[in-house]
Amino acid sequence: MATTQSRRNFLKVSALAGGGMLISFNLLNLPAEAHALEEILFTPNAYIKIAADGSIVLLAPNPEIGQGVKTSLPMIVAEELGVDWKKIKVELAPLDSRMGRQTAGGSGSVRGRFNELRTVGATAREMLTTAAAQSWNVPVTECTVENGEVIHKASGRKLSFAALASAAAKLEVPAKPTLKDPKEFKLIGTRVQDVDAHKIVTGQPLFGIDTRREGMLFAMVSRPPAYGKTLGEVNDAAALKVEGVKKVVKIKNAVAVLATSTWAAKKGRDALVIQWNASEKLENSAEHFATFKTMLDKPTATPHRNDGDVDAAKQGAAKNLDVTYEIPTLSHGQMEPLNFFANVKDGKVELFGPTQVPGAVRSEVSKLLGIAEEHITISSPRQGGGFGRKLMTDNGVEAALISAAAQAPVQVQWTREDDMQNDFYRPAEMWRYRAALSATDLLAWHQSGVGIGRGVRGDSYVAGAIANYRAEGQGLTSNTPTGWWRAPGANTLAFVAESFMDEVCVALKKDPVAFRLELLKKAKEQTVGKINYDPEKYKSVIDLVAKMSKWGTKKPGVFRGFSTWFSFGSYVAQVVDVQMVDGQPKISNVYCAVNCGRVINLSGAENQVQGSIVDGICHAMFPKVTFVNGAVAETNFHTYKFLRMKDVPSDIEVQFVQSDEAPTGLGEPGLPPVAPALANALFAATGKRLRKLPFAEQLA
Amino acid sequence: MAAINLNVNGKTVTVDVDPATPVLWVLRDHLNLVGTKFGCGMAQCGACTIHLNGNAVRSCTLPVSAVKNNAIVTIEGISETGDHPLQQAWEELDVSQCGYCQAGQIMSAASLLKRNPKPTDKDIDNAMSGNICRCGTHVRIRKAIHLAAKTQSKK
Repeated sequence: MATTQSRRNFLKVSALAGGGMLISFNLLNLPAEAHALEEILFTPNAYIKIAADGSIVLLAPNPEIGQGVKTSLPMIVAEELGVDWKKIKVELAPLDSRMGRQTAGGSGSVRGRFNELRTVGATAREMLTTAAAQSWNVPVTECTVENGEVIHKASGRKLSFAALASAAAKLEVPAKPTLKDPKEFKLIGTRVQDVDAHKIVTGQPLFGIDTRREGMLFAMVSRPPAYGKTLGEVNDAAALKVEGVKKVVKIKNAVAVLATSTWAAKKGRDALVIQWNASEKLENSAEHFATFKTMLDKPTATPHRNDGDVDAAKQGAAKNLDVTYEIPTLSHGQMEPLNFFANVKDGKVELFGPTQVPGAVRSEVSKLLGIAEEHITISSPRQGGGFGRKLMTDNGVEAALISAAAQAPVQVQWTREDDMQNDFYRPAEMWRYRAALSATDLLAWHQSGVGIGRGVRGDSYVAGAIANYRAEGQGLTSNTPTGWWRAPGANTLAFVAESFMDEVCVALKKDPVAFRLELLKKAKEQTVGKINYDPEKYKSVIDLVAKMSKWGTKKPGVFRGFSTWFSFGSYVAQVVDVQMVDGQPKISNVYCAVNCGRVINLSGAENQVQGSIVDGICHAMFPKVTFVNGAVAETNFHTYKFLRMKDVPSDIEVQFVQSDEAPTGLGEPGLPPVAPALANALFAATGKRLRKLPFAEQLA
Repeated sequence: MAAINLNVNGKTVTVDVDPATPVLWVLRDHLNLVGTKFGCGMAQCGACTIHLNGNAVRSCTLPVSAVKNNAIVTIEGISETGDHPLQQAWEELDVSQCGYCQAGQIMSAASLLKRNPKPTDKDIDNAMSGNICRCGTHVRIRKAIHLAAKTQSKK
């Protein structure tokens, strides 16, 4: 294998059998990856594959969960490489330690890889150009690249990338490839269809649930019916009599039934007779909220931020506000119920299924089965939603344990009921908000929160804008599991902080947009302590959405709510319009302005933000999880209710602030401002301040 | 187990299954037609929507023994070459995010367009309210149905 490499830039190029070339690049900002560099130099690994037959394959390194990165990440490479987007193929990469952070979470895929993938594309382009220039014996500077060809305009000569690949692979890797001037971008910033669009609408196998392998068995698992219960005696006689059932195996705290079809596995699973023993307290949501209240009524815990003198400000105030907000537990409810394929055989493991963290699944399976990571392969198909559920490793790990115990390749399928009862939930929270007001201004802001698990933390833009500010949070220990749910932290904090900001505006008789701009101006000009946001960028989205929605002009019968939030590096402002129809509020329009740096795929970006808004409306209005003696009362979509087409606004208008800065997060930031903007609109429409989620049950 | 004859996407097939098996699993596990998706198993989400004699039904709660001579059409059979006006509109407007629910959405929309070639927003809201999309692609779904209706009317 002919390889050339430069230690300085960690790019590796190697000749492919058949004369193509492979290029890989490692993230430089991850200590774990930097540490592994010595081992991975020279190992073939690809973001770009150019084959002798002319086909060009770009690999999307991060899991695709509906956030569009299977399209947007290769777009970045394609832009710099200079290929015709319609002629390339895109594949999801398997887990490969040379590809850096292969995680779908924290709205981090595009923002973490933008510069990296530009360099990957530019490096390949430069090497192909050099190869062409050498073969023509002309200066490189006279050569240009377009649609997968290097062109020498002066002589009218052209060579395709495929024809140049072998020669390019033998060249020194450029230490610092020249990136395109963004003004020359042809693909980035345009509307590009999802690369799987056709496969999706024609029903082709794409998802984990569609996995079919030779000799594979289908499995369903009986897990504890409540948190706090553990596995006791198992009688599998009836299960084994079900036609198609092949095996029953015990793993950890569960029992799996393996069969020749999903239906047989389910019948077998349902025929198990299991004694579940209550080994811990069986908890109830009602008790959680009662305890929250007690915790919030006590003198407060140590604040994580304490500017000025909040108590003194309260005493000298013309008016004090003191209100409490309640937020329920939520399940993820991704449309594709969890599943995973595993084949543990002869000291090797093949794993294939939906996960946002393939690396974590592999490392856990390695530890549990005592099989070294290099003997474990893992890759993910396209996934039917994530929303944070698959940042947990349980589905993949469980499948591996079942395959190992049963000595068979197995596709584990969860039912919706399994998903609902075995989630890592968005924790329930309660918040007490207090404000001290003069006749015309906000003197002090005091927020105090409590949530299940590790507790709540975080600030809004108020921190830094006013002299007296205190924020504190506590956690309530529970055996109900908690996890990451789209825009973790932000999705609840935005609701309470921006609803309360509206209450402050009402009390002060201030316009909600004007008052926020007033605060942001103070944060910019007379910053109190440190701020983690850019007041100018906040202003950019507030100004844009005010313009889009014609804020300040009266529309008869239309009641408006406003909110703004910063998360994952991006700024979002929204206006929600509500109209009363037959005495019931109906959301008619949503306007949304976003500042997320440079937009990669305009179609995907707009879709993400519209989707986040619909998601935000859905979870503000309808679902909640209630624990009753450790069991989830809402077992499926008949009681865990999602928004329906009739609940969706007629239009959701999204605009992006034009920006030349590097891209920031986009899978999550559109969601947090929705619930408060809606609450504020509902207050305008009904005079009723909704301080408890979800809203629908309080409006009926 | 029992041998059951079915008419699926214009072809007659015989499957040997438990007669109580929902059509969804017969399609997916026995006929390898995996475009029809499992979402809830209780006819609440619409991911499993197929056509039975042209009408949209939820295949997750329909026992295979109840199908009899009624013709089944799945997402794989709605057009021979994947160019049903709805499929084209879905691609053109880049409707999908995760894509998991979209086969069911298209099957519900196809049944709507058969009954009502020029649906209003309200008609769409009613016909599509049995289908959940967790990613929130509803606004584009509505637009795609209007676009497909327009394409169909020109044919």
